[in-house]
Amino acid sequence: MSDLALYSPAAADGASVLKRSDVSVTRAAPLARLAFRGDATAAGKAGAAFGASLPMTPLAANPVGKRAALWLGPDEWLLLAAPETETQDVPWSLARSLFDEVETALATIPHALVDVSERNVALIVSGPGAARLLNTQVFLDLDESVFPVGQVTRTLFTKAEITLWRTAPDTFVLECWNSFAPYIEGLLATAPEDAT
Amino acid sequence: MTQRNRTQEGGRIDREAPVSFTFDGKRYQGFAGDTLASALLANDVHLVGRSFKYHRPRGIVTAGSEEPNALVGVARSQARHLSGEATPNLRATQVEIHDGLAAESQNRWPSLSFDIGAVNDKLSPLFVAGFYYKTFMWPKSFWNKVYEPFIRSAAGLGRAPKKPDTDTYANTYAHCDVLVAGSGPAGLAAALAAARSGARVILADEQAEFGGSLLHERGAEIDGKPASDWLAGALAELGDNPRVTLLPRTTVFGYFNHNFLALAERVTDHLAKPDPERPRERMWQVRAKQVVIASGAIERPLVFPENDRPGVMMAEAGRIYANRYGVLPGKRIAVATACDSAWRAAFDIAEAGGAIAVIADLRADPPADLVARAAALGVRVERGCAVTGVIGKTRVKRVLLGRISDAGVLSAGEVDVDCLLMSGGWTPNVSLHSQARGKLDWQADKGAFLPGDPVQAQGSAGSCRGVDGLAEVLADGARAGVAAATAVGHEGDTPEFAATGGEAGDGWWLGAVPHDRDAARVRAFVDFQNDVTAKDVKLAVREGMQSIEHIKRYTTTGMATDQGRLSNMNALSIASGALGNEIPQVGLTTFRQPYTPVTFGTLATTSRGDLFDPVRKTPIHDWAAKQGAAFEDVALWKRAWYFPKGGEDMHDAVARECRTVRESVGLFDATTLGKIEIVGPDAAEFLNRIYTNPWTKLGVGKLRYGLMLNEAGFIMDDGVVGRLAEDRFHVTTTTGGAPRVLAHMEDYLQTEWSDLDVWLTSTTEQWAVIAVQGPKAREAIAPLVDDIDLSGDAFPHMSVREGHVMGGIPCRLFRMSFTGEAGYEINVPPSRARAIWEAVWANVEKLGGCAYGTETMHVLRAEKGYIIVGQETDGTVTPDDVGMTWAIGKKKPDFVGKRSLARPDLVAEGRKQMVGLLTKDGKTLLEEGAQVTVERSPARGTSALGHVTSSYRSPAAGRPIALAMIAGGRARIGETLHVPMPDGGIAVEVVRPVFVDPEGTRLNV
Amino acid sequence: MLLIHCPWCGIERPEIEFRCGGEAHIDRPGQPGDLDDRQWADFLYMRSNPKGLLAERWRHVHGCGRFFNAVRHTVSDSFVCVYKTGEPCPDLEALAREGAQ
Repeated sequence: MSDLALYSPAAADGASVLKRSDVSVTRAAPLARLAFRGDATAAGKAGAAFGASLPMTPLAANPVGKRAALWLGPDEWLLLAAPETETQDVPWSLARSLFDEVETALATIPHALVDVSERNVALIVSGPGAARLLNTQVFLDLDESVFPVGQVTRTLFTKAEITLWRTAPDTFVLECWNSFAPYIEGLLATAPEDAT
Repeated sequence: MTQRNRTQEGGRIDREAPVSFTFDGKRYQGFAGDTLASALLANDVHLVGRSFKYHRPRGIVTAGSEEPNALVGVARSQARHLSGEATPNLRATQVEIHDGLAAESQNRWPSLSFDIGAVNDKLSPLFVAGFYYKTFMWPKSFWNKVYEPFIRSAAGLGRAPKKPDTDTYANTYAHCDVLVAGSGPAGLAAALAAARSGARVILADEQAEFGGSLLHERGAEIDGKPASDWLAGALAELGDNPRVTLLPRTTVFGYFNHNFLALAERVTDHLAKPDPERPRERMWQVRAKQVVIASGAIERPLVFPENDRPGVMMAEAGRIYANRYGVLPGKRIAVATACDSAWRAAFDIAEAGGAIAVIADLRADPPADLVARAAALGVRVERGCAVTGVIGKTRVKRVLLGRISDAGVLSAGEVDVDCLLMSGGWTPNVSLHSQARGKLDWQADKGAFLPGDPVQAQGSAGSCRGVDGLAEVLADGARAGVAAATAVGHEGDTPEFAATGGEAGDGWWLGAVPHDRDAARVRAFVDFQNDVTAKDVKLAVREGMQSIEHIKRYTTTGMATDQGRLSNMNALSIASGALGNEIPQVGLTTFRQPYTPVTFGTLATTSRGDLFDPVRKTPIHDWAAKQGAAFEDVALWKRAWYFPKGGEDMHDAVARECRTVRESVGLFDATTLGKIEIVGPDAAEFLNRIYTNPWTKLGVGKLRYGLMLNEAGFIMDDGVVGRLAEDRFHVTTTTGGAPRVLAHMEDYLQTEWSDLDVWLTSTTEQWAVIAVQGPKAREAIAPLVDDIDLSGDAFPHMSVREGHVMGGIPCRLFRMSFTGEAGYEINVPPSRARAIWEAVWANVEKLGGCAYGTETMHVLRAEKGYIIVGQETDGTVTPDDVGMTWAIGKKKPDFVGKRSLARPDLVAEGRKQMVGLLTKDGKTLLEEGAQVTVERSPARGTSALGHVTSSYRSPAAGRPIALAMIAGGRARIGETLHVPMPDGGIAVEVVRPVFVDPEGTRLNV
Repeated sequence: MLLIHCPWCGIERPEIEFRCGGEAHIDRPGQPGDLDDRQWADFLYMRSNPKGLLAERWRHVHGCGRFFNAVRHTVSDSFVCVYKTGEPCPDLEALAREGAQ
């Protein structure tokens, strides 16, 4: 659905936030998420240990299978990983093992790695009307020539901060902090039909 | 139903689609395509409102958004009208009629034709320029009871709806290469040119139909086709281009910095039965790389006595009504003009079947071809002739003519008419250029201000920059469109349009028209909507106003909804004459956003009701709600305030919760506290610099209270910090302070100490926090903790451990207290927080414990004298002021705020210090914020010693307690002070700010 | 709504993603304790507040999170240039002369 192995719809009832002929909004299943901070050397080692190299290009994402490394700032990346098996419904053990692997690889190289798996939730916005729907609250120019597939950025969804990643021409993943999700979902779900 | 002024044929209305609507309760018929104004005129209704100040009867003056008089209340239906849902102050010239539409006139009582307020007209000498300033000066005591109610009831037109707006409003952010504002020939040509170059184009027009003057241009041809056919083709071409967005009914109302523009689209108001899924209006927030302003020109009224009578109308408006709507503005029409275009209006109306009684041109010799054509049509022409007055109160009956000669104005008789069309020439519409901060250039030969050099990425095209004539305007639009597209990298050929008809015209007039009437008795209006006359402007100058900005505010001219688009140039000309100064020296006032009024709904868009702000709820929220908790807002969070049981009020509930925590155990949701994970080899050094406390020696697994100052030395936040590893700290902040604290830390880290290897990550929402406090806290959590030794020796007060609860759920367990009781804060994953909370709750219940909210938390901490940042502190409080010098690392060479603590004003005697207050009677609860004085009833003007910062009934103390900031407070311990209140001063004793367990023995069980 | 170029992200974004941090190039003294009250007050409170070009600190708070410096004209709100934290302040007078031409 997101055209990525990483994100899948949440299994829970009510995962669908909005379903229209041209766009749908769906809550994504939990992921392991690690915030990584450090310089290029540290990032290089971290990428090797994590299994997806940390992009050095601003606003770039590097999805590899069920993992992805997102550039959020010149010394900041978000590492995402989905469980390899469907049955694993909590990401703690995955986050823990990834954490340990990266920490071991970095050894004494200065860096910071913090588990933020539970801090964020993700929404998958998909369909030909996805950009138009997002543009009811997101001020970025989402024309593909300006915001191409693979671009990821922190920005604002009216009064909430989000991380927006275009994973396919018609698909965006929107990550936000847990407690902001009802606000974001509410604004998406009540957007007028003619906006999409 | 008859539409007695409707022509037999012609116009863009759909004669097959009759539309029924009401005005002031009376039913009328119009046609689809009519505006409310055109439909009323079709039914010979000119009188549509009463003026703001004098309540003079007023009629429709224009056919556009600059309409000053025809402001009406409009509801979609009579039912909505009756339930008070009418939108006030809509311009009838912009309201499209639909079946069922209910409109009402404004500013009249009891009725439009008989209005009590019209007495103001007789009292007009009272209401001269600056009357607000003069009339309401004195006596002072009249302000509250007399003047303000009078001004309030008289202020504004229309009635604001009283109920919540049931309509929905939408928002869209859009980007484009070229935004074209206005779809007349210039705008269309610009849009076509830019779109053909491949640019992303938005074309917006405030009208229902694109085309501007092409919608009423008779006989013009473009590229060999009638203008209306060419228009249809052009719109089809633009509509087929996927990179073009066409926005009719959309006003570009604000031009802001860096080519950010705000547009208001009226989506459904024109529909009788709109789709409920569609919004009423939509705000477009557009970032354009280039803007082409094609906003046209606005015809200027003539300022002559009684020029405000219903039936007096702009000449071009008469032409628009005749040609576009098939409506004759009157049966017998006079034309007063100083320019050629009004003659063409007269000819068109004559062709449509109207009788032109006279054309009176102020100019001594208007163009011969116009005179010849008038003669051919049998129309009387008066040259060098002014209209000097209008007879008829609610409708023009006769106009007075005066011949202008060297000897002055001589009466030239009267003419019976039912409509007078006027034209003082054209004012280029420079509003958006001016909003974009562009300056204006005075063009003396045109009597007009034209756009100067653009300040932003913008250009003007067509008659808004003084270009006249259809062919010239089309060429200018094409030029501007190509220039805009080229500037953003879309080069293209400049399209050429061959046009005939729509000729340019000459002639203009500025200021008051001369007349032979008694100047003391007659009024010639400059600003119709705000009832400003030529005399008012002159009076303002006589009374000392020299700047046009002062004249504007003193007289209110140009401050109506048209922002002076009709009135400014005349007012300026009159002012310039009175000042004896040239027009460009007097200057024009600045045009500001919004171009025309915008509904609050559109400005608010979706930020209203439940979605006004993000409402942040914790994972425990629903549990607390189910328990009947009351909630309070803390920053964006909802926090459980207290948990009333069985009809308890807040005081009873809080007293019970306080007792329970101190006697057994209480459960508290502390999830909202800010959390920051500080990681890196230099983490401890960073904390040393950011907090007052020392951190180097804090052992792994230990907690410490941290106090944070700003550089000025004042307390800005506090919280508990845990060391999880040599290079990893878990920091907590206040709920409201979390973003501020993180920003403060990032600022120092990035811009002052970039050499430190340490990074900050917000983990506020990574952890839900379950606080368990009270002597039985350990019993309550012990059964759930997998792998942490909770014994006092292994896990003493102010310790932290990482481990698991409930069979493998990761947790960070803090042993800490904000109540003075032994306690824990269990940090757990939010996704499991509810389950863990309920498991703890089961134990708490068994132990006779309770859940408690923020109010009890406040009481318990106040009993211990713990401060709350923002309650005891207010941004001017130092650590010493609140007795917390113990939190300052004395050996540290530096930390943020340290140098300021030695500022003379921060070490001076007599600073306010935190103390406790106990009311002498042991019963009275002080009010937070109440002032504290030495005397029971201080004399007026006495300075307070300080104020009460916290006040609660304390179950533990068995009496009300309070914290206060008192000048020299610590030296006053034992003294009696007073809290003066309206019903007498309350005696209080100053005490140490600790009311329970001053030794802290309860923490270490 | 201003458009501000973030030198870290390499893109322009609306100002609402940013926070202005006041005048740039006011270094915190290395040894604040060595400053007398007047010098400390100058550091804390005194700013140039010009009508014209001003070098300011901005943080792309809702973007990459990084601080940078920008030269902004305080009357027209136009941004003349941006540069990363730590880089030297451009010659504002020269920039003003360029802008005037």
